[in-house]
Amino acid sequence: MSETMTGAEMVIRALQDQGVEHVFGYPGGAVLPIYDALFHQERVRHVLVRHEQGAVHAAEGYARASGKPGVVLVTSGPGATNAITGLADAMMDSIPLVCITGQVPTHLIGSDAFQECDTVGITRHCTKHNYLVKSIEDLPRILHEAFYVAQNGRPGPVVVDLPKDIQFKAGSYVRPLSNQHKTYRPTVKGDMDHIRAAVELMANAKRPVFYTGGGVINSGRQAAALLRELVQLTGFPITSTLMGLGAYPASDKQWLGMLGMHGTYEANLAMHECDVMINIGARFDDRITGRLDAFSPFSKRIHVDIDPSSINKTVKVDIPIVGDCAHVLEDMLRLWRQGAKQADKIELQKWWSKIEGWRARNCLAFKNSKETIKPQYAVQRLYELTKDRSPYITTEVGQHQMWAAQYFKFEDPNHWMTSGGHGTMGYGLPAAVGAQLAHPDALVIDIAGEASIQMMLQEMSTALQYNLPVKVFILNNEYMGMVRQWQELLHGGRYSQSYSESLPDFVKLAEAYGAVGIRCDNPDDLDAKIMEMISVNRPVIFDCIVDKTENCFPMIPSGKAHNEMLLNDYLGETGADIGSVIDEKGKMLV
Amino acid sequence: MLQMKTHYPDAHRVEPVNRHTLAVVVDNEPGVLARIAGLFSGRGYNIESLTVTETEHEAHISRITIVTTGTDSIIQQIKSQLERLVPVHRVVDLTLTGETVERELCLVKVVGKGDHRVEAMRLASAFGARTLDATLTSFVYELTGTTDEVERFIKLMTAVGLVEVSRTGVAAMSRGAEGIM
Ligand SMILES: Cc1cc2nc3c(=O)[nH]c(=O)nc-3n(C[C@H](O)[C@H](O)[C@H](O)COP(=O)(O)OP(=O)(O)OC[C@H]3O[C@@H](n4cnc5c(N)ncnc54)[C@H](O)[C@@H]3O)c2cc1C
Ligand SMILES: Cc1ncc(C[n+]2csc(CCOP(=O)(O)OP(=O)(O)O)c2C)c(N)n1
Ligand SMILES: [Mg+2]
Repeated sequence: MSETMTGAEMVIRALQDQGVEHVFGYPGGAVLPIYDALFHQERVRHVLVRHEQGAVHAAEGYARASGKPGVVLVTSGPGATNAITGLADAMMDSIPLVCITGQVPTHLIGSDAFQECDTVGITRHCTKHNYLVKSIEDLPRILHEAFYVAQNGRPGPVVVDLPKDIQFKAGSYVRPLSNQHKTYRPTVKGDMDHIRAAVELMANAKRPVFYTGGGVINSGRQAAALLRELVQLTGFPITSTLMGLGAYPASDKQWLGMLGMHGTYEANLAMHECDVMINIGARFDDRITGRLDAFSPFSKRIHVDIDPSSINKTVKVDIPIVGDCAHVLEDMLRLWRQGAKQADKIELQKWWSKIEGWRARNCLAFKNSKETIKPQYAVQRLYELTKDRSPYITTEVGQHQMWAAQYFKFEDPNHWMTSGGHGTMGYGLPAAVGAQLAHPDALVIDIAGEASIQMMLQEMSTALQYNLPVKVFILNNEYMGMVRQWQELLHGGRYSQSYSESLPDFVKLAEAYGAVGIRCDNPDDLDAKIMEMISVNRPVIFDCIVDKTENCFPMIPSGKAHNEMLLNDYLGETGADIGSVIDEKGKMLV
Repeated sequence: MLQMKTHYPDAHRVEPVNRHTLAVVVDNEPGVLARIAGLFSGRGYNIESLTVTETEHEAHISRITIVTTGTDSIIQQIKSQLERLVPVHRVVDLTLTGETVERELCLVKVVGKGDHRVEAMRLASAFGARTLDATLTSFVYELTGTTDEVERFIKLMTAVGLVEVSRTGVAAMSRGAEGIM
């Protein structure tokens, strides 16, 4: 049944038909008709952010925490350009978003009209797909297609650029029977011959390891459940990327912790020494592989990925399987069970005892202090004191992000939201706002750095407006710590511009926003103050004053292989010049 | 042996570089060419030639023929990256599907008198070029042939007064009864 309505009304109707509950946005001239249509209804709730980048990150946090697509609404020109960083972030981390941007009326496009910019041109490289709507007849289809494209295959952000005249125009709206794109059909079911070969390889493995990633989270809760089954059935060790944390419970004994540049000793050595690597939904990022010619030199590799371009991009694999994680895992499990497969128990036992040897190295141990709060200790305490409430954790970018990944243990998918691929400082607070909207009664904490938090701090005001009791837990080391660490390692300790000068008083700042401010600079008070933070049902900024010069270990330094990682006791008691362990060519990295 | 000490992929991998002709079937919608050209520039791939026109008017489908160079793994990446684009229906690497016929068309303008003019006419007829325009001092020739033939023709014509060239780039199709649509 078709109904006549304006383009602006179609936007709202399509959102309703898609089951969208929250839209993150900011008004302006080129979207006023849509804001007017919003005004006349209650099903779609608009969340007014304070900066369009915040809108996109909030939508990302919402999407990651809920498993549903995030929706953004911004105006033309500056509204659209402010959203770019968020779109690029979502593109890198494969987050499903639909972003509607206003545009100048069609007859003015190309004339440098007020607040005109070439939004589809600018966003072409940082969206999965984008549309400029040129006629009202196309609008219903495009709106629904945008949701299909954002969510299917490898997820990503989709922009719909909507000129103002089309928002005013009347047309007929029909909800399409299916919102599929007419030709775009990603492969979800893996090739059975390849899956069979993979299962065979796994059954003959002596030193296997699962290397899992964000694709498992993207695929959904079912994929995480199937992964758990397969890992437990095979008895193989499992590690995961930063983006995949939570797909497998960190409390399980088969879990080796995160891998990669700041991953655990046992995870990285298992990757180095394995004979069969089973990559499920991870993309061989350079933070994982380190030096390519030294990456996992003895392994045969299986790679499950929904995006064929992720396969053989940097690392050659032996058995590629293009498909959705859940589908492929289901087939793998079935074949494993049917064939009553079991890898050689004795070999597997030997492999595990090797791994236990690496584990015994206790690479995440750190030297605690009675005087100053060690950042690792702060995260550990935060974890211990909040784990019963299975919190949702977001982060900013820097050392604190890595410490959060290392010391916070995730048991379930969708509880961990971080900017991995783009590494966007400022992501955490708006993402926490989005996660809190998805889970109003949950505990949501942004583990932040004092530098990053200042990039999107204005979103505190959003948190207040919507009574979102997000907690911002700042590991305040008065440095852009990650930059400072690299400067120590690579540039002779010349800390150029990495000191956080003229910091605001975060407690007063919290109060100025109408939130609660808490400061802690003493390890003895930490527990009580964390308890205070989580007991208030209001937004909190927690200024946790930590050791200023702590470095983040383990670390695979530039130009080194997985088996050459630096551990935290490398410096010994006195501290050595770690700059000397990285050679000139290694300094090319960062 | 000197090893590249970086986390990033080694830039000096020694793999042979080959020339491939890709047929890309796409929805003829606004921006599709910009997406494809942008993909090549953004990811640092080469384009030797690119031709595009709508081939099925009712269905608004265009066929783009791209001649590119790269190592086998780069060519595979190019194909996968193209297939990731939403309006792209199919990508066929004609170089891998077997024998293909490839043609391009060029127009050349030569200006000259006397011996040069006579030689230009001889060359044109030797190559089977058509004369599209003639004045007392100039010719415009049309030659359709493989890229190599066109290159040779242009090189020879340069010696006898070539002043202008316009080329279409390659159109290509596999031999035999199989179609790619
Ligand atoms: C300061 C800093 C330090 C970092 N250090 C580390 C580190 O030490 N260790 C680490 O791991 N990361 C680290 N990262 C993150 C790193 O940059 C990458 O973002 C991350 O490693 C990529 O994770 P991933 O491989 O799981 O891929 P993602 O980016 O999550 O990509 C997912 C892959 O799965 C595929 N996929 C998507 N959906 C599906 C589906 N339904 N089915 C199948 N496949 C699917 C996609 O095509 C893609 O190939 C760091 C980031 C920062 C900012
Ligand atoms: C928008 C942006 N600009 C710059 C960077 C580079 N960068 C990465 S980490 C970092 C320092 C972060 O400092 P802080 O938030 O205090 O975290 P810490 O490392 O001290 O925990 C910088 C500047 C970035 N990732 N994002
Ligand atoms: Mg800091």
